[in-house]
Amino acid sequence: MIKFDKIGMKLILAVSLTVIIIISIFAYFSIQSQSDSLIAEVERHANQLSETVKRSTKFDMLLNRRDHIHNIINTIGNEECIRNVRVLDKEGEINYSTDLKEIGEMVDKESESCYACHAQDKPIERLTIKERTRIFKIHPDSSRILGIINPIYNEKSCWEAECHAHPEEQTVLGVLDISVCLKDVDRVTEESKINMFLFALVSILLIAIIMRVLVKNLVQKPVRNLLQATNYVAVGNLNYRIESTRKDELGKLANSFDNMTKKLSEMRLQLFQSDKMASLGRLAAGVAHEINNPLTGVLTYSSFLLKRAKDNPEMKEDLEVIVRETKRSREIVKGLLDFSRQSTPKSNKVEINEVIDNALTVVANQVKINRIKLVKNYNSNLPLILGDANQIQQVILNLVVNSIDAMGKENKTLTIETNSIKLPAYGVAKITHATCPKGHDLMDEHHKIDGRPSIKLKVKSSTNEGFIHLDPVYGNHNHHYGIQFEKDEVSKLFCPQCGVSLVDEDDKGPDCGAPTYKIYIPNQGELKGCTKFGCGWQKWDFVDASGDRNFVEIKISDNGSGIEKEDLERIFDPFFSTKGQKGTGLGLSVIWGIIDNHRGKISVDSTIGKGTTFTIHLPEES
Amino acid sequence: MEKKADILIIDDEQLIIDAIKKIAKFEDFTTDTSLDVMEALNKLDKNSYNLIISDIMMPGKTGFELLEIINQKRITTPVIITTGFSTLENAVKALNEGAMGFIPKPFTVDELISILHRGMKYNTLLKNKYLPSSLSDDDLLSFIPCPPKYHRLGFDTWILEGSEGTVKIGLTDLFLKSVGMINSFESLQIDESLHQGGTCLKIVDSNDLIHQLISPISGKIIDINQGIIDDASLLEKDPYFNGWIYRVIPNNLEHDINNLTPCSSDI
Repeated sequence: MIKFDKIGMKLILAVSLTVIIIISIFAYFSIQSQSDSLIAEVERHANQLSETVKRSTKFDMLLNRRDHIHNIINTIGNEECIRNVRVLDKEGEINYSTDLKEIGEMVDKESESCYACHAQDKPIERLTIKERTRIFKIHPDSSRILGIINPIYNEKSCWEAECHAHPEEQTVLGVLDISVCLKDVDRVTEESKINMFLFALVSILLIAIIMRVLVKNLVQKPVRNLLQATNYVAVGNLNYRIESTRKDELGKLANSFDNMTKKLSEMRLQLFQSDKMASLGRLAAGVAHEINNPLTGVLTYSSFLLKRAKDNPEMKEDLEVIVRETKRSREIVKGLLDFSRQSTPKSNKVEINEVIDNALTVVANQVKINRIKLVKNYNSNLPLILGDANQIQQVILNLVVNSIDAMGKENKTLTIETNSIKLPAYGVAKITHATCPKGHDLMDEHHKIDGRPSIKLKVKSSTNEGFIHLDPVYGNHNHHYGIQFEKDEVSKLFCPQCGVSLVDEDDKGPDCGAPTYKIYIPNQGELKGCTKFGCGWQKWDFVDASGDRNFVEIKISDNGSGIEKEDLERIFDPFFSTKGQKGTGLGLSVIWGIIDNHRGKISVDSTIGKGTTFTIHLPEES
Repeated sequence: MEKKADILIIDDEQLIIDAIKKIAKFEDFTTDTSLDVMEALNKLDKNSYNLIISDIMMPGKTGFELLEIINQKRITTPVIITTGFSTLENAVKALNEGAMGFIPKPFTVDELISILHRGMKYNTLLKNKYLPSSLSDDDLLSFIPCPPKYHRLGFDTWILEGSEGTVKIGLTDLFLKSVGMINSFESLQIDESLHQGGTCLKIVDSNDLIHQLISPISGKIIDINQGIIDDASLLEKDPYFNGWIYRVIPNNLEHDINNLTPCSSDI
């Protein structure tokens, strides 16, 4: 069933109506002008004919050879489409006619043939060709007829002729009246009308089909995709993406929608995390309180006993175990309480090899039960890193558990390697101060990117202006755009305080040739970057010149099933899981977050059937 | 007011009361107990004590409310707060609201004995200050209050904002006098982090009792006073100037300072 409330149908109706109106107007004027020119042609033709008749009968008239005249008129009257040829005298008597019955009859002055001259009181003697013709119908059903009159004027030869039929003072002797049928003209006009109608019909059909296809592809499909996406999002699937490749407005809307759901899912994840942490915190606090009271009893009484058992070495030894283990329980509960207030991650010097060993003790049983061969290739001269040992331990633990899960049944080997390596500063060095050439501070403490104050610049695109927050990590591109950009569009950047341009039009970036922007890092040179949207070129000579940074590298490799290539790209995305119902998919994204907080990097390399290697780089404490 | 006992123990769990009572008795302190704050307040109206040790979370009024009422009633008996909900925040709150000490549960006998002894001595010191005519040891006659511009956490530690955004941390004269003779101390290292409410120093007195000090602010240690490491007696001689302990880059001084008391308000 056709629904008229659909946007496509409305468009088709509107366009069809417009086409009908345009074609109708065009057809009316076109047919009119065609008919006019045809009639003019017939008119000219009839006039010529009438003149021929007049001239060819003139001689016979002078000699008063009536049968000759009859002969000529009849011959001409027999021509196809010549309906009637007749000659009337001044009084209106029909002297000659192709219709013999008419001869001798009187014609009324108000009849068709006389009307042109005798409409006024005094007859007109000279008429134009237009005035001499008339179009009429004998019956309403018959085809139209064009009549043309040709007055026969008095001439010297007429009054001097032997028959003396006409006096000299008479001006008009009579009228030659020829009527020609317009059947052909009417037929052609009728055909034109039908053609026009068919043309209009075909045009409308074609336009409707083209509109239907266009609307379906350009409007309906993307709108339906958007609608579907909103429904998915409404029921909570924030990972649904339209991934439109279109460049038009609806494509932009789809991209903007994708962006919105991405941001929403990130925010929901954060909320989810903080909510989880908060409820875990409440639980931990409650548990801590409940456990600490009985522990107090155990610890005080056992330590009291120990104090009094100095003379009994055997008992002292046992009591020491109780006291030590109760103290250990106390530390565990304290850890639980610490966990409940995750707001201040501890930042201490961390010995990575020790942290890995601690993590491995937790899974020692699992490693043993699964008969996994554990290979440790530690670098014993590893530099210390600055960070939260608990969090890093959690990272190692998660990766090791993942590896154990991924391994097959035989020949299971888990390799853990640590190394001291040097890496370039690109993607690591942080920008903590930045100014415009006039010295205005560009750092925005309120807008943070990955937890660090961002660099706020004023930005102009070809259509809009707003603010951009640059990622404060040299080489990272998690910029926050306040306005939309086309792909490859070159932006103009300004200081948000004084408005001075930060772009150097003459200095082109080496990657794409677009102009570069320049911001000043106090005491540390300047940072240059490309202004083209999507180009990631950045250069900070000061930092590059200071050479590579020391990193601790941790490699955790297994010879398990490996990870599919398309999964590898998404492995650190929140909620991405290959474990199905078993996992929540939070693990690796949390790991990524922890490593990122430590200004480190984590990457993964995998071959199906051969195994997977996770590599972590953490910056050395400086 | 009748002198009933040395220590009033307030806790809603009999087990804890029994444990503290046993240890107090071991140290020859007499004790009195109550299971909630109202009962304790009644007892405080009738009797006087040298020391109060109270839990926080109890049915009826909490330990913090007890502190408030004691302050209002101008009862000078020092209060030690203990709790199973042993967060850094509770430690800071207890000290800031007038508790003389904070001991998280579960504690060992030695930890409890140390704080009980320090509490008793603290009580004597306060009595000497407010009741100068009473009998006392000569060396405990009075203590020096912390100078203006300083901030203190409870009556134990002080901070002083220095130049270049660093903060010095030290001990108050009252705390040092309540500890007595210092045998040795165990400090944190440079670059280690301090957390407000966490332990920042352990002091061993002449009786081998270990006293833990609660850090007044959060931050990163950038310097430790070499002077006190060389000569621990510098702490007692000049507690507010040359006897400082750590120089720290604070994490969030604006926040932390809300939990501290300006020393200018003492004068």
